[in-house]
Amino acid sequence: MAHSVRRDAPELPDFSLLKRLARDQLIYLLEQLPGRKDLFIEADLMSPLDRIANVITLKQHDVDKLYKVEYKPIVSTSDQLCFLIRPRIKTVKWICDVVNTDKAFGRFRRYKIIFSPQKFYACENLLEEQGIFGDVTTDEWSFYLLPLDDDIISLELPEFFRDNFLEGDQRWVRTAGSALHLLHSVYGPFSKVYGIGRCSKMAYESWREQVEEGEQRARQAEIGNVFLIDRDVDLVTPLCSQVVYEGLVDDIFRIKCGCVEFGPDVTSSDKSIKVMLNSQDKVFNEIRNEHFSQVFGFLSQKARNLQTAYDKRSGMDIKQMKTFVSEELKGLKQEHRLLSLHIGASESMMKKKTKQDFQELLKTEHSLLEGFEIRECISYIEEHINRQVSMVESMRLLCLLSLTENGLLPKDYRSLKAQFLQSYGIDHLLTFSNLKQLGLLVEQQPGETLTVMESRVGKLVNDKTAGKLTDAFSSLSKKSNFRALGRRLNLVPKSDEEYDLRVPRDMAYIFSGAYIPLSCKLIEQVLERDGWTGLEEVTRMLNGHEFAVTAGSNGSDARVKTDSQRIILVMFLGGCTFSEISALRFLGREKGLKFIVVTTAITNSARLLESMLDNHA
Amino acid sequence: MAFITANWNPLGEAFYRKIELYEMGWSLRDGLKECLVAAAPYGGPIALLRQPQRPSSSARPQLEIYSSSGVNMASFPWKSGPVRQLGWTVCDDLLCIQEDGTVLIYDLFGAFKRHFSMGNEVVQNQVLEAKVFHSPYGTGVAIVTGASRFTLATNIDDLKLRRLPEVPGLQGAPSCWAVLTQDRQTKVLLANGADLYILDNTSCTPVTPPGLSPQACSIVNMAVSFSYKYLALFTDSGHLWMGSANFKDKLSEVDTKVRTPPKQMVWCRRPKSQQPSVVIMWDRLLLVAGECTDTIQYTLDEESVCVAELDGVRIVGGSRHELLQEVPSACQDIFKIASMAPGALLLEAHKEYEKSSQKADEYLREIKEQSVLGEAVRQCVEAAGYEHEPETQKTLLRAASFGKCFLSNYPPEPFVSMCRDLKVLNSVRDYTVGIPLTHTQYKQMTVQVLIDRLVYRKLYPLAIEICRYLKTPEYQGVSRVLKHWACCKVQQKEEPDESIAHAVSVKLGEAAGISYSEIAARAYECGRTELAIKLLEFEPRSGEQVPLLLKMKRSQLALSKAIESGDTDLVYTVVTYLKNEMNRGDFFMTLRNQPVALSLYRQFCKHQEQDTLKDLFNQDDDHQELGNFYVKASYKEKKLEARLSLLQSAVDEYNKARNEFAAKATEEEMKLLRFQRRLDEEKGEALLGLSLQETLHALLTSNFHKQAEQLYRDFRVPDKRYWWLKLTALAEKDDWEEMEKFAKSKKSPIGYLPFVEVCVKQHNKYEAKKYVSKVTPEQKVKAHLAIGDLEGAAEAAIERRSEGEISTVLSRCSPTTDRALLERLNRARSTAAKK
Repeated sequence: MAHSVRRDAPELPDFSLLKRLARDQLIYLLEQLPGRKDLFIEADLMSPLDRIANVITLKQHDVDKLYKVEYKPIVSTSDQLCFLIRPRIKTVKWICDVVNTDKAFGRFRRYKIIFSPQKFYACENLLEEQGIFGDVTTDEWSFYLLPLDDDIISLELPEFFRDNFLEGDQRWVRTAGSALHLLHSVYGPFSKVYGIGRCSKMAYESWREQVEEGEQRARQAEIGNVFLIDRDVDLVTPLCSQVVYEGLVDDIFRIKCGCVEFGPDVTSSDKSIKVMLNSQDKVFNEIRNEHFSQVFGFLSQKARNLQTAYDKRSGMDIKQMKTFVSEELKGLKQEHRLLSLHIGASESMMKKKTKQDFQELLKTEHSLLEGFEIRECISYIEEHINRQVSMVESMRLLCLLSLTENGLLPKDYRSLKAQFLQSYGIDHLLTFSNLKQLGLLVEQQPGETLTVMESRVGKLVNDKTAGKLTDAFSSLSKKSNFRALGRRLNLVPKSDEEYDLRVPRDMAYIFSGAYIPLSCKLIEQVLERDGWTGLEEVTRMLNGHEFAVTAGSNGSDARVKTDSQRIILVMFLGGCTFSEISALRFLGREKGLKFIVVTTAITNSARLLESMLDNHA
Repeated sequence: MAFITANWNPLGEAFYRKIELYEMGWSLRDGLKECLVAAAPYGGPIALLRQPQRPSSSARPQLEIYSSSGVNMASFPWKSGPVRQLGWTVCDDLLCIQEDGTVLIYDLFGAFKRHFSMGNEVVQNQVLEAKVFHSPYGTGVAIVTGASRFTLATNIDDLKLRRLPEVPGLQGAPSCWAVLTQDRQTKVLLANGADLYILDNTSCTPVTPPGLSPQACSIVNMAVSFSYKYLALFTDSGHLWMGSANFKDKLSEVDTKVRTPPKQMVWCRRPKSQQPSVVIMWDRLLLVAGECTDTIQYTLDEESVCVAELDGVRIVGGSRHELLQEVPSACQDIFKIASMAPGALLLEAHKEYEKSSQKADEYLREIKEQSVLGEAVRQCVEAAGYEHEPETQKTLLRAASFGKCFLSNYPPEPFVSMCRDLKVLNSVRDYTVGIPLTHTQYKQMTVQVLIDRLVYRKLYPLAIEICRYLKTPEYQGVSRVLKHWACCKVQQKEEPDESIAHAVSVKLGEAAGISYSEIAARAYECGRTELAIKLLEFEPRSGEQVPLLLKMKRSQLALSKAIESGDTDLVYTVVTYLKNEMNRGDFFMTLRNQPVALSLYRQFCKHQEQDTLKDLFNQDDDHQELGNFYVKASYKEKKLEARLSLLQSAVDEYNKARNEFAAKATEEEMKLLRFQRRLDEEKGEALLGLSLQETLHALLTSNFHKQAEQLYRDFRVPDKRYWWLKLTALAEKDDWEEMEKFAKSKKSPIGYLPFVEVCVKQHNKYEAKKYVSKVTPEQKVKAHLAIGDLEGAAEAAIERRSEGEISTVLSRCSPTTDRALLERLNRARSTAAKK
């Protein structure tokens, strides 16, 4: 709507090829176990699998019954069992139990485990320890990448964030490297690779290693540059409330694998409807990147247009009517259906979000981001906890407070933590320990009460020097340094100006003009500077591990500004939010680029924090 | 040049020629007499096993290995059992088949590699005869035992012995036999007197060659062609039968008029042969017989051995090494006396040109008139490939290049690649290298294999030069050669580790795709662990280092390398290995220094071995984690007593970790649990496991105000929280009376707006109104709005003269119903703004 697409925007590569590759391999693997078989599928592989091969396809390849892995004894009469699982110890252990139970009953079956996207030694080792290594065959379904949309590809590995950043378990790094390798071999060669973060660096190295091992084929590049970024480089952005339509839908209804289930309150009937949310949905495609406040206006305009289109019928003769029915009506009907669905969704969201609470919540968030009225924010959070509004929300605000303020004052930390535990249960003691380990929620150590120092210094000298001093202080600690970063990268626009959300002027529009996501800002800056030069201060505050490498292809090629050079692949290790994707789409429109987002999973504040919980494990 | 046809002999339509390849470099006292000889095809090495002069137990036979030019490569006394047959594998390894069925494998330089046996049965019955053969599956061995049974091994690298069925009526060895590969199956063809049989896996089938002359009563020799397509049989009547190996066609039958059984018989063909022939050798006579009735006869002046090749026969004698082959048609066309073939004319034209004679033009004109110049060039290029003398090659190539000048669009590739090939061929044919390959053989065998052969001969510099010259991709070329070189280098026992490692790294530094781990593995095999470790340092891929390091028991190093690689599978491999190898204490200590491995192992323990996890924390004195561990464990525990004791352990650990906050929180949790249990027992509530807040809420909603009050005091619940809690609980119960009492009990720490809001939430505006007056002035507007009292809100806003609040109220007014109010507000706003 408001955004005019630049005419020279390059075409995105066709990612459906990835699906085809995955499907063909799966079929091949299924046929490795000839004859009828029952297929057990790990719960979180079900939706991705559905996008690759539906039940009919599976049945065509001798799959008899489909079961979800539920960690319970099985009731299958088939003589052949096939397990399609993630390489997790828990699941393998369950399979061992299944096999050993069969053995105890003297029942003979053939078992095959297909690990996706790869198997781990630990899993095979477990099979060996349990004495069933010889009884099962194992295979790998190298299904690394699931295209969720034209420009979103997901590894569907939500545990990546916790495993890698909290547990320090780097097993998925290689998977990320392999995924990159797959993209490189199908759509490469890439001309330049930038990245920041330890994990990004490791993934990059793992990929390089695989490139060197494999054979190089010269082909037409379909992707220009690549940007790798660790989620823990920017933890602030995913913790903010999303206000762009797609992000909001995700926050409220939870989009799962590109698909959302709208409940009865949206559909205004007694049934729930599952809807695919992607660029195929014309209505959605036009509003997904819009600030929520603009969506209603757009939808009503759309409804009027639709009515006009319907109204055309009145003045028609029979012939015209015939062509109308055969050509336009179906499209209109379809659009009509989608429109009413999205209006329903918007209404339902409106109900939830335009209330006073939400406005206040946003206000608090924005204050935190801007660093104003922190006391008020703390008491707001306190009240939030006391009133038990929502555990995850409370935690989110606490984390946001800690990240933006570089840790909580010891007094606040203790009192807020105590209140949180009283409200939501002592088991969150473990959660706090996790949050601390990850640096999401920490206590300021005496001597580095930065805000205090800063404000004192700020009174004495002018702003510029204060900034420098702050930088000097912050370099001592390995904390989030959000304030200093914000100043240096100009992440928080001045709040006194009115921000017109209809005509966004920068990426801040995705947070109502209050904050430009750090992750996207970094990408913008690095692309603009063609590297990290000039950003030394910033990278130091982000704990370094940045790199920029001209990959493989010779320099002369890189200079040619072909269409593919303007296609940028951004890989988020640890997940990214829909808001960030919207921001990148905006950036792309501004700069005449196209971004492809590859992520280990789509995340949001709730998912991120839920992965930190330890009480259910 | 004039004599180029001097050694040509006609056979039917075709010519045969015998070219001398080398004058042999060896000095054999008795030539090849009393020797067991094996010469490998494709110009391969020659092995001799010389029987001692006087058969006595003390004298050992001597095994010698020579290149095709007779340069000695190895020589040593044979100390094993009696040898029946020698043979070469496709990888230039020497097979020595002993009488007892043991096959010993040596490399080109006489180093023993390994051995295998042809089965137990053979040990008793002995090997009568043996043959080494090549097929697409590799090198095979066939034997016939004293019990007249055949045993086959199709590929010695993947040994599967097949014992073939019995042959009816066969006593001892058959009169002659051969191995055939047909229809992807290896079979044995044998003659017992006049009867021919084909033996395959399951059956023994008698066969009759079509048109074999009836005079014969015994087949005394047979030969199978290089390609296994043709068969030749020699009968005791002196007849030579030639036909296809599947017995469908007969090519010809020639009466040689020699009745003595030949010593050796081999096919002499070439691709696109005009006149395929069989070479038969007797003591003093070499006879070439083709399809026509003519034969060529050469006298032999020394003991010789024939080696069948793809495109001819090599004859190795005590002093000479010759190649007998059909003259290729390209050469025939050019060099045949008075030939008018285009190539011949071009050659002639070039000759005249060199003499600066104008005849050159005449010849050229003649070729061009027939417009066969292209053909002429092609012929010259092709013929150059068939010639052995570099001079002749040059002459032909010059002629071709001359002819090319007069052609506008002749593709350069054939000429260029022929020049290249010949350069390579001439260098390997050199006496010192001694690989007399023909161009045809070279093309068949490929450069890759040629490089391998040079590497087996340790001719590394030549191999590298050829790779560079042919621009073979590094990975397949130079790097591969260097790797072999390095593997060989590390076996040099006398050199110190340092210098070898240095030499290897200097040479291999630049080359792509070198696997140092393979070289290191070789070093380790030779017992040079230190060298292996040094070499592994050069390996860029940590993944390749780890398995070898583990094998060498350098587990610590392996662990750090694995971690470096970033491949968790590798780390895990090492961790499991360490776990089994080390005692627990050392194992934990090792992990402690490697956080990546530690977290990986922890992850594993979390799922698999909870107790190990505890030990791990204990070892590290990580009391914080231990505390967390106990807390986690307590949630899995159903029984309250056990749960409390786990929590007590957690408290202890937290105290040790100086985490007073966590300790206190845990203690409170214990207190809460006890309280909940008591209450559950007394009042039958189900409170156990709820959080403090939930407990309070539950108590308040169930009218246990006293108990709630107690909890509130005991746990020092903040006032605000308690007020909120009680307020919502009362509202949920619609206990308005109690709420009013509560509101009046003392001044509310949360103000009175929440009262209003809670009531409104429960849709009780009536109750809500009661509290509006108590709300502080700042929140009054909000309170009024909450109960939908626009007038009141407007009143309050105007009173406070707050522009923002007036606007808020304004936005809630509808222009139709509240016109008066609107006006008032607008006026108030403008005055507020003025100020």
